[in-house]
Amino acid sequence: MRIEAEHINYTYNPGTEFAVQALKDISLTIEEGEFFGVVGHTGSGKSTFIQHLNGLILQPSAQKKYRPKKPKKGAPVPPPSVLKVGGFDLLNKKTDFRALRSKVGMVFQYPEVQLFAETVFDDVAFGLKNFAKEPLKPEAIEEAVRSALETVGLDYAEVKDKSPFDLSGGQKRRVAIAGVIVTRPEVLVLDEPAAGLDPLGKKELMALLHRLHADWCKTVVFVSHDMDEVAENCSRVAVFADGQIKYVLTPRALFSKFDELDALGLELPAAAKIARLLHEEGIDIESDFTPDDFAEKAAAYLSARLGQTEKTEKGEGGEA
Amino acid sequence: MQAVDFENVCFSYGREGEGFSLNNINFSVEEGEFVAVLGQNGSGKSTLARLCNALLTPRSGKIAVLGMDASDPGNTFEIRKNVGVVFQNPDNQTVASIVEDDVAFGPENIGLPREEIGRRIDFALKAVGMEAYRRATPARLSGGQKQRVAVAGVLAIRPKVIILDESTAMLDPRGRKEVMDVVLRLNKEEKMTVLLITHFMEEALLADRAFVMHKGEIVMRGTPREIFSRADELETYSLTLPAAGYICKKLQAKGLPIADCLRPEELAKEIERCASRQNI
Repeated sequence: MRIEAEHINYTYNPGTEFAVQALKDISLTIEEGEFFGVVGHTGSGKSTFIQHLNGLILQPSAQKKYRPKKPKKGAPVPPPSVLKVGGFDLLNKKTDFRALRSKVGMVFQYPEVQLFAETVFDDVAFGLKNFAKEPLKPEAIEEAVRSALETVGLDYAEVKDKSPFDLSGGQKRRVAIAGVIVTRPEVLVLDEPAAGLDPLGKKELMALLHRLHADWCKTVVFVSHDMDEVAENCSRVAVFADGQIKYVLTPRALFSKFDELDALGLELPAAAKIARLLHEEGIDIESDFTPDDFAEKAAAYLSARLGQTEKTEKGEGGEA
Repeated sequence: MQAVDFENVCFSYGREGEGFSLNNINFSVEEGEFVAVLGQNGSGKSTLARLCNALLTPRSGKIAVLGMDASDPGNTFEIRKNVGVVFQNPDNQTVASIVEDDVAFGPENIGLPREEIGRRIDFALKAVGMEAYRRATPARLSGGQKQRVAVAGVLAIRPKVIILDESTAMLDPRGRKEVMDVVLRLNKEEKMTVLLITHFMEEALLADRAFVMHKGEIVMRGTPREIFSRADELETYSLTLPAAGYICKKLQAKGLPIADCLRPEELAKEIERCASRQNI
């Protein structure tokens, strides 16, 4: 499903002294098939935005009590807003938000704190039963739960009857993700899915997301603070700052904006940090800023340089 | 004096004979030292932290904290006054609705007089750079700010040792830097002993010493640089090098004359030196 937002604003506690405008005229299109990254500081509006994607935060016009106001005479007419996920119009209160939520899976930060059921099976099955329009057959539930648990790399027979609280941290997170993907959402939105995991756990989790993406979950949107993770995984990245979108670029294009990112107080991936320092010394090594690609390009650059100096040295030696 | 000293310490959460979460742990941390603890999730790092301030007591072996026996319940209060722990989630360690009340919780708990509590709050909030937020509501602060308030809450009891149990894991890079800057300054200027448990290899580089835990045992010890120079061994414990170190290893594998580097600045210098071919 394609995600399309145009001129979206959002204010928390409107009309009170705690009013905070979290989104200011956001326009962003995420195409179906993207592995899309969202970065930005705490408070930049990125969480507010992604919570719009499955209707956890509703625009005023999508709320039940909404009555359109007559525009004041002479007041400037704001540009028309658009907020669509696939065929769902998120600005319309008649939209079936329940159906939307079964299509757009949301994995929150530290999803394992939301585990609640007595067994892993019940926890994973909860969302499935909840979204079903009519009661599902037990075999259908079992099949879906088995498939979800196997997808996240857990042994169905081994874990299904265990309490989710008896599992390790990494396993708990997998169960929580299984509970979201069990409805086979077409869009998966994740808020820092790898935070707090050890390096191997992070790697495995990203591999899992890529597997889902290649398999049946066509669009993945994930928030991350880890720029190396963004450089290695995303097709494009949106940078949020002060409730606005500053850039939407490929990681390669984004991370070569050294000074601009500095001004936003965002960190660079390690490879970009090195590239920047070298750039200041007049050495330009182009890469996509993943460690592997950077190492490759740097090695090629150095080999060429060393080869050259060797040649000139030999050449000079010959003349003498 | 040794701030923390573990001698043959074993610990298990389960019943006797169910296997140990920590197995025969021996290590000590000198006062004023900055020690990093690395290891996979579930390797026993947090258990170790909880043993250090008597939240848990060992099954067997001896733990001395600033010379006090941690297994003796009579010492528990004194140990907790001297060993502060900052946990991972800032929201779980906030007790009051105003920053200064939150920081005052510890000093009130140990029964300090009112004026002294005021001085402690001033000192602690200043140390973490949060004086301006004295009357603020923790719920309205950023993650990094909340975590600095948590550090202030620990500092207000004037502990000799501070343990950071993945305290920066939930923060964004700016918040992480804020907290690490405070911790480094406390270590360097106030000579506070720091035990840093982390998954961020870059943070471990700041420490004087580090050790790696795996399945409840300490499997590697040394300076961070010594540990990161044993990349293959590190990998068997599912840990990685800092990204710059990884790139450096790749260049070396291609036969390029690059010296071991762990930080981006070092590696940039090395590449530059190699390109202009000033030999080592």
